[in-house]
Amino acid sequence: MADKPSDLVQGTLDMLILKTLALEPMHGYGIAVRLEQMSKGVFRPNAGSLFIAIQRLLRDGLIKGEWKASENNRRAKYYMLTDQGRKRLNSETREWGRQVAAIARILEAS
Amino acid sequence: MSLLRSITSGLRSLLRKEQVSQELDEELNGFLEMAAEEKMKQGMSRKDALRAVRLERGNLEVTKEVVRSAGWESFLETLWKDLRHAVRLLGRSPIFTIVAILSLALGIGANTAIFQLIDAVRLRTLPVKEPSRLVTLQLADRTGIRGSQASVYPTLTNTVWEKLRDTEDIFSGVLAWGSNNFGLSTGGAGRLAQGLFVSGDFFRVLGVQPLMGRVFTAADDRRGCGLAGAVVSYAFWQRELGGDPSAVSRKLALNYHSIEIIGVTPPGFFGLEVGRSYDVAVPICSQAILWSEGTWLDEGTVWWLNVMGRLKSSSTLAEANARLAVISPGIFNATLPSNYPAENVKDYLNFKLGAVPAAGGLSWLRTEYSDSLSLLLGTAGLVLLIACANLANLMLARATAREHEFAVRLAIGAPRGRLIQQLLTESLLLALLGGALALFLARTLSQFLVASLGTQGDPLFLDLKPDWRLLTFTLGLASLTCVLFGLAPGVRASRLSPSAAFRTTVRGVTTSHRRFGLRQALVVSQVALSLVLVVGALLFSTSLHNLLAVDAGFLQKGILITNLDLFRFLNVPYAGRVAFKRDLLEKVRALPGMVSAGEVGTLPLSGGGTENRVWIEGASRASGLDTWFNSISDGYFKAMGIALLAGRDFNVHDTLSSPRVAIVNRSFARDLGLSVYPIGRTFRREATPDEPEQSYEIVGLVENTKYSSLREKSGPIAFLCAAQDSQPGPYAQLVVRSAMPMSETVSNIRNLVAQVSPLITLDFVPFENTIREGLIRDRLMAKLSGFFGLLAALIAAVGLYGVMSYLVARRTNEIGIRMALGARRRDVLSLVLRKAALLLASGLILGAILSVAVAQAARAMLFGLNPTDPVVLVAAIAGLGFLALLACFLPARRATRVDPLVALRYE
Repeated sequence: MADKPSDLVQGTLDMLILKTLALEPMHGYGIAVRLEQMSKGVFRPNAGSLFIAIQRLLRDGLIKGEWKASENNRRAKYYMLTDQGRKRLNSETREWGRQVAAIARILEAS
Repeated sequence: MSLLRSITSGLRSLLRKEQVSQELDEELNGFLEMAAEEKMKQGMSRKDALRAVRLERGNLEVTKEVVRSAGWESFLETLWKDLRHAVRLLGRSPIFTIVAILSLALGIGANTAIFQLIDAVRLRTLPVKEPSRLVTLQLADRTGIRGSQASVYPTLTNTVWEKLRDTEDIFSGVLAWGSNNFGLSTGGAGRLAQGLFVSGDFFRVLGVQPLMGRVFTAADDRRGCGLAGAVVSYAFWQRELGGDPSAVSRKLALNYHSIEIIGVTPPGFFGLEVGRSYDVAVPICSQAILWSEGTWLDEGTVWWLNVMGRLKSSSTLAEANARLAVISPGIFNATLPSNYPAENVKDYLNFKLGAVPAAGGLSWLRTEYSDSLSLLLGTAGLVLLIACANLANLMLARATAREHEFAVRLAIGAPRGRLIQQLLTESLLLALLGGALALFLARTLSQFLVASLGTQGDPLFLDLKPDWRLLTFTLGLASLTCVLFGLAPGVRASRLSPSAAFRTTVRGVTTSHRRFGLRQALVVSQVALSLVLVVGALLFSTSLHNLLAVDAGFLQKGILITNLDLFRFLNVPYAGRVAFKRDLLEKVRALPGMVSAGEVGTLPLSGGGTENRVWIEGASRASGLDTWFNSISDGYFKAMGIALLAGRDFNVHDTLSSPRVAIVNRSFARDLGLSVYPIGRTFRREATPDEPEQSYEIVGLVENTKYSSLREKSGPIAFLCAAQDSQPGPYAQLVVRSAMPMSETVSNIRNLVAQVSPLITLDFVPFENTIREGLIRDRLMAKLSGFFGLLAALIAAVGLYGVMSYLVARRTNEIGIRMALGARRRDVLSLVLRKAALLLASGLILGAILSVAVAQAARAMLFGLNPTDPVVLVAAIAGLGFLALLACFLPARRATRVDPLVALRYE
């Protein structure tokens, strides 16, 4: 568990992974790259945290995995959202928005 | 849903470990390759690219471990690994393992066994339908109750019961039963069946359905029912009838009468009395046939029926009590017996019935042994605590020996939690093995306990089948002990600094003594707790010794009790019985070697008795005193070795037609204010249900004796002449003292009686045995507390030995240096023993304080000594101290044998 201190708020990685998969099915490395791109290099999850999160989502039935050939003819496991995962993403996004707005209000109050 | 998925996926990775691990490998390798290719596109060499990815994304080997250990199944996997590791480790030190498991098994087993008894006696409810709605119906206030009590429980007479049954409208049903033993065989002295006389509704009200055949109905229990069949228990059906499937309608011989079996009750039902199981139940009305004379069906002064009612679902206990208070006067007015002593008639008419909850059934065990069992559970708990302290100590020593291994593992990155988990697994394994063995030990021990609580003619029955409560208790106890002795070494090991791995010396002069402190504290507490138990053991054994040595006023050894069933089959009218018995006694006395023989109504120390008020002739009743009564023939005092101080024994001239005479003891004469020579004085005895108030002339004075128990002070006793009883019962009890061996006396009497009449049955029991049966509780407490005390002392000695050996081993270098510098063996010995003495003294002082505080709990059970008896305390300290010093002496002597050269070579 030699995690480098992650700047991600606890539990948000799961949500972000769901978000990246909402666009299209993707393999582990693809998820990492996409997260990095979309956050403009702010988040660079290491393999440990990423795969633990993926395992967790698999077990919760929010995503499912499938072995497929990748772009450069390598076998890779692609992950995609399940219906449950899509629902979870929606609810989490809403909740996140609510919380961010609330936090922003508090910070601006002074 | 997701839990289910988590379980299935966890199981999948457990069962298809290889495949899952391969997939993870492939996936992570793919990740690595893809990331590296990205870098290579930017112009890096493959080697540099792989390196860069590792720096950026973390070591993939570690990642694999981390991902793998994130699921719950990985915990199981390491647990399994740890378990196998623990088994190997324990196998490598078999002596430690055996000591550990045995001491745990003894500790847990003792607790479980005693808990099992407490559970059966105190916690469980009756095995019937809705026991919580059952109530016992009894006299709310027993003042003025007269006649004989045939049960240790609060009882009613049959006349009161019948009236209650026919008039009550409070309960959804009422039931009554009386306990009675039935002779089983068709001829001669035979085995006894535990019998019940039950009311017709007995089984219906309890909700007990027959396993086979049918149970009684109200119609079976009506006066004049004759022999309305018998219901037998499952145990009896199995034992006596071999589980015969056609047992119903078979005949059974009860008291020489043939009765048809009409049904068998299910296995769980043992009756309503905890501690006694029933074999055969017959309707109350059958007593008219089963007892050839003197039935209790119309006796208004024989209190023998236990009565219970089932509350209606709509009514409460308070409502039932209120209603009972209303109907009581009607019941008692209608049943007032004509022979009820005049001065108590008012009390009888004022009797009120009351209801008390009866979910747990009746049990004299509960009242008699509640305190003893609690005390024993506490004792066993202490033993377990001592065993735990001992184990913790041993585990600490083992952990110390493995410090180096732990330090290395910490240094190469093992998480601390993992080390604790591993050590706890080892403890858990020990605890579970100990617990499993304990269940077996507990079975044996509780059976021993039950067997030693029962007596020959009256075996104790307790339903001891293991249930969830017992298993929970044992499992809980095992886990608790595991935490108690496993946690300390685990936490200790995890506090090691990884740098300790690089220290090579294990035994330096400067080894930290701070860490040793915990082990010393453990030993001190072990000694202290052991002292408490040793004090307890000495208290109970001294108390038992006092009871055995107490002067009861009569001989306790060499007296044979002969119980004769004279007139139930031999038809002798009342008028001829006295002469018949005198004739038989004369023949017994003529047997070879005979010292004396006499008849006695109430055997001393048997617990039963008759008490009535007496006063000096001419004085007022109020000036009198309550005194014990007994009924004897001539020869009794001589046989019992009771000194006749003045006057005479009874003789052939004391008959029904001569004036009533009595022999009294010294206490009687003193308490009634008679002179030291009361011969010739006359006293009056109050009316009893059997006899009117009348006068007795004192013809003899005897020495004081105990009456119902060894614990009591000798009180006033008046002995009446058995020959002056106008209606001698069918039974007779003889006390016989002979110079011949008892076995010969037995066969002589047997032959003699057989010659007199084959219709007389008889059995024998040495007086000593009946006395011993009165001391069961004391004997049990002495035995068990002695056992626990010895066990505790041994465990403490082992603990002390271990700690001192460890200390000597740790200080070998220091001792070597001291000896090299000229210290003599004596100095070394005193150096080590001083340390030991310090530990021991602290433990003993602490223990003495604890003992004084705790011993109070035993006060009521002790006889002839105080719980804080200084002699006992000093003896316990001396005994335990000696044993402990012996345990310390061995390591101390080893220290004096240290060779300075060898010791210093390693420095």
